[in-house]
Amino acid sequence: MRKILLFASITIVGLIFIFRLFYLQVYTAQNHNLFEDNAIKKVYDYPKRGFVYDRNGELLVANQPSYDVMFIPREVKPLDTLEFCSLLKIDKNRFKDIYQKAYHYSPWLPSVFIAHLSKEDYAVLQEKMRKFEGFYIQKRSLRLYQTTIGANVLGDLGEVNNAIIKEHPYYKMGDLIGKQGVEASYEDILRGKKGVKFIQKDRFNRDIGPYKDGVYDTLPEPGKDITISIDSKLQEFGELLMKHKRGGIIAIEPSSGEILAMVSAPSYNPNLLVGRNRSKNYTKMHYDTISKPLYDRSLLAQYPPGSPFKVLNALVGLQEGVVTTDDKFSCRMGYYYNGRRLTGCHSHPSPLSMNDGIAQSCNSYFCNVYRRIIEKYDDPAKGMNVWSNHIKSFGLGNYLGYDLKIGSKGYIPDGAFYDKWYGKGRWSSTYNISNAIGQGEVLATPIQLANMVAAIGNRGYFYTPHIIKNIEGDTIDENYTTPKYTTIDKENFEPVVQGMFDVYNKGTATYLRVPGIDICGKTGTAENYTKIDGVKTQLTDHSIFVAFAPKDNPKIAIAVFVENGYWGSRFAGKIASLMIEKYIKGHITRTDLEDWILSHSLEDEYAKPYSGKPFKINGETTLQVIPIDKSIKSKISNLSD
Amino acid sequence: MNRDTHRYFKFDWITIIIFLLLVGFGWLNILSASHSGETLDYFNLSEPFGKQLMFIFLTFGLIILILSIDAKFYERFSSVIYLISMLSLVGLFVFGKNVNGATSWYAIGGMTIQPSEFAKTATALAVAKYISDLNTDITKFKDQIQSFIIFCIPALLVLLQNDAGSTIVYAAFFFVLYREGLPKIYLTIGIATVILAVCALKLGVVYTSIIAAVLIFGNYFFTKKKPTIFKPLLILIACIVLSSGIGFFYQHVLQPHQQDRISLWLRLEQDPAKLERMKKTFAYNLNESEKAISSGGLTGKGFLEGTRTTGKFVPEQHTDYIFSTVGEEWGFLGSAAVVILFVLLLIRILHLAELQKSQFSRAYGYAVAAIIFMHFMINIGMVMGLIPTIGIPLPLFSYGGSGLWGFTILIFIFIKLDSNRINEW
Repeated sequence: MRKILLFASITIVGLIFIFRLFYLQVYTAQNHNLFEDNAIKKVYDYPKRGFVYDRNGELLVANQPSYDVMFIPREVKPLDTLEFCSLLKIDKNRFKDIYQKAYHYSPWLPSVFIAHLSKEDYAVLQEKMRKFEGFYIQKRSLRLYQTTIGANVLGDLGEVNNAIIKEHPYYKMGDLIGKQGVEASYEDILRGKKGVKFIQKDRFNRDIGPYKDGVYDTLPEPGKDITISIDSKLQEFGELLMKHKRGGIIAIEPSSGEILAMVSAPSYNPNLLVGRNRSKNYTKMHYDTISKPLYDRSLLAQYPPGSPFKVLNALVGLQEGVVTTDDKFSCRMGYYYNGRRLTGCHSHPSPLSMNDGIAQSCNSYFCNVYRRIIEKYDDPAKGMNVWSNHIKSFGLGNYLGYDLKIGSKGYIPDGAFYDKWYGKGRWSSTYNISNAIGQGEVLATPIQLANMVAAIGNRGYFYTPHIIKNIEGDTIDENYTTPKYTTIDKENFEPVVQGMFDVYNKGTATYLRVPGIDICGKTGTAENYTKIDGVKTQLTDHSIFVAFAPKDNPKIAIAVFVENGYWGSRFAGKIASLMIEKYIKGHITRTDLEDWILSHSLEDEYAKPYSGKPFKINGETTLQVIPIDKSIKSKISNLSD
Repeated sequence: MNRDTHRYFKFDWITIIIFLLLVGFGWLNILSASHSGETLDYFNLSEPFGKQLMFIFLTFGLIILILSIDAKFYERFSSVIYLISMLSLVGLFVFGKNVNGATSWYAIGGMTIQPSEFAKTATALAVAKYISDLNTDITKFKDQIQSFIIFCIPALLVLLQNDAGSTIVYAAFFFVLYREGLPKIYLTIGIATVILAVCALKLGVVYTSIIAAVLIFGNYFFTKKKPTIFKPLLILIACIVLSSGIGFFYQHVLQPHQQDRISLWLRLEQDPAKLERMKKTFAYNLNESEKAISSGGLTGKGFLEGTRTTGKFVPEQHTDYIFSTVGEEWGFLGSAAVVILFVLLLIRILHLAELQKSQFSRAYGYAVAAIIFMHFMINIGMVMGLIPTIGIPLPLFSYGGSGLWGFTILIFIFIKLDSNRINEW
């Protein structure tokens, strides 16, 4: 026993040490990661962010230098806060606030103190920077928009938040990331890859040279430039036409699916969301819940598609063989069922065949066609499913899959929907006859409707709409270069296209004709409602127009929505004709239409639901006439080729 | 003459090889911990690694000197050596130089010498000599007290020089005395004191007393042949007095910085401001040292590649915290190897000690093993956060000439004694 004591103590202590070492070094240790080692300082070298050009090679988005004041909370030594705050133009409470927030995030990691100093502020601050230990200046690059248009298309950059950093460790506090538009969609391509230098530090946080002579350091890879499919002149023209109106315009090139214009009104100058005033401006627009400038109506707003939807029913009718182009249906100012008028109509000759049915936009005609489609099968649910599948093959009722991050699904009902609503077998086609004329349960976004028209113009196929045209040294997603076929045979399109052509020739849009261009279009009017103090209240109808031109081998397909513009040709039709003429001819001959659009405002109409007073709608209203803004007129004339 | 030619074959080469391995590996780590990154000049005498290399070279001369002196010299002159050593400690009060708060150095020219590093060897010789004296009977109280006095004098002197770490090392002599027949009661009291101390500080005197009472009386009631009730009662009173005494000692005798170390170790401190202050002082060292060790992983970052070592994140890394360099650069494999080398060295010395025929050699061998063991346990335990922070060097590894020479002399006197055991009839 006496011989054992020291021997045993030595052995036990030795074993405890080995266990402790195993625990510290093997059991709990993570792999050595240079990025997490606080003995190694990481200095980032931000690459040039890729430029954005429009389809004609015009530079839309470039870069400008910016200076961020960064700091590492633990390294901040007592300083003359008064001087520091006055240099940065902030007050002392804000200083405390930022400091504590950053300390809470991490005492050891760099945080942004003030982002995006102007060059002048930077020049003054730089001279005194050495007085403020723990602070340093990080040069970054900010976006510089060479244009005032396309805010919803181009998008903007914002600082990454903690959630993004957690998900994508590439980003560090203060880094910028694309938040909306193409900046978000093509973030990985535009941003490039930042370079990093590893600097060995000692415990007093002094740099003592590159870590391992810089073998792990990387050079920044510049971001790639991209060309987007937008025609900036067409885009600007569309935005100017949409002044004092709300709604969206989408123009697509049917032969490629490229988006030529994507207008959301009201919009804003993209330069508002750059630099130090970004958050102030953003907040202001975010809380404008009435005109919602940040809400992209061309992609997000779901409207009942109205009459343009009728042409799809004509196509489905032909495809299902339930109607021929010669079948005529009568109309007595509406569609009657068992003596009850299910839907009204306007005055026009009767009875009508398909061509006139489309040209005159006869409700009764399409109610008949719709009933025949659904009633072709014994079970209305089955008929409904067949109809629904045909309609969905045009890209309606679901996300289109375009290369922008936001969107809405729209809605196309099927048999199961009504089985659930009314009970199985307890409904028939007359229960949802409104679907025949694009009201009822169907909903679509402007981009879905534009795509639908493109598919009609192509006689049966479409390319998924996309904003990207070209990536420097890279190819675009194959999905955008593969045609998607609809379930309608090619030959069934001709009579429908002819009908849409006749909308301009003899139908609802005759006075919108543009000399020299064969336009096929369809007017639309959609009833809509809002809630005022909890009461469902009808507002003036939305004005809708879809079109493509020329008739054969179309170059442009367009959908225009003007909220509360009343009937289709009143606002949307004029805008569509002007946009088509602008794109195909490069200049405007129908200046009468242009002047009419610029001199009529819907602001009064939009103010009504918020006025708190009872108001009139549709035919009982008068249009608000405004003087034509000279500056807008001159901007438009500058756009002419 | 025949005897002389075979002399060095009788030296225990296993001990010598382990000694050389530890010194060599130690120097590599001192190099890592103290170089400043640029081109390396190993003989640069203004840097710790250069100085240490010189100390190591001088050590070889020292070894030859120790091994060539007759073995009997150490036993015969042990009292004189002890006396000179104690005088050198006393002399510090007059001529000593204060470094880091401890007055433990003589400054001679550009060099400093720390006599306490040599005092351990002298005390080991003196204790071995006293025990092996034919008139000494360690079971007798008087002789026990006399032997205690021999090692308590240097312990007290270094304590007065503010070097509490070295004082604790002298507890090693209890291992020696116990081996040579010190009654078991001392061992019992020693272990009981440590347990009581931890309980009293962690749980408070009242709970400790209650637990002690339950244990003692529980044991009494289950004993078949019951002695008088006075004995357990006496033990209990002793326990209560002892734990109160420890509480008093902790509160009123220990200096604040010593209290802090214990309170951090036992996680007693609740005051966040005080914890924050600790984090900036010694707990910072501890934290950085643990971080450096654990960042080494299984295989380490490689020689001269440790980022925390290169960045000098661990203060005192080339002296007391040298083991954290091993941990970072050589990983689990390297640091476990160092632990195993130390264990092998200690077991080898113990094994040799048991083989000694003279009681002096055996007791001295035990003292060598026990002293190195105390350093090993306290230093590595501290660097890994297992015991409170106590600043003593890791033998043969830490930077410092006095330390290296002190341990070299300590070990090689034993190697010399061991080589002579064949002639000791």
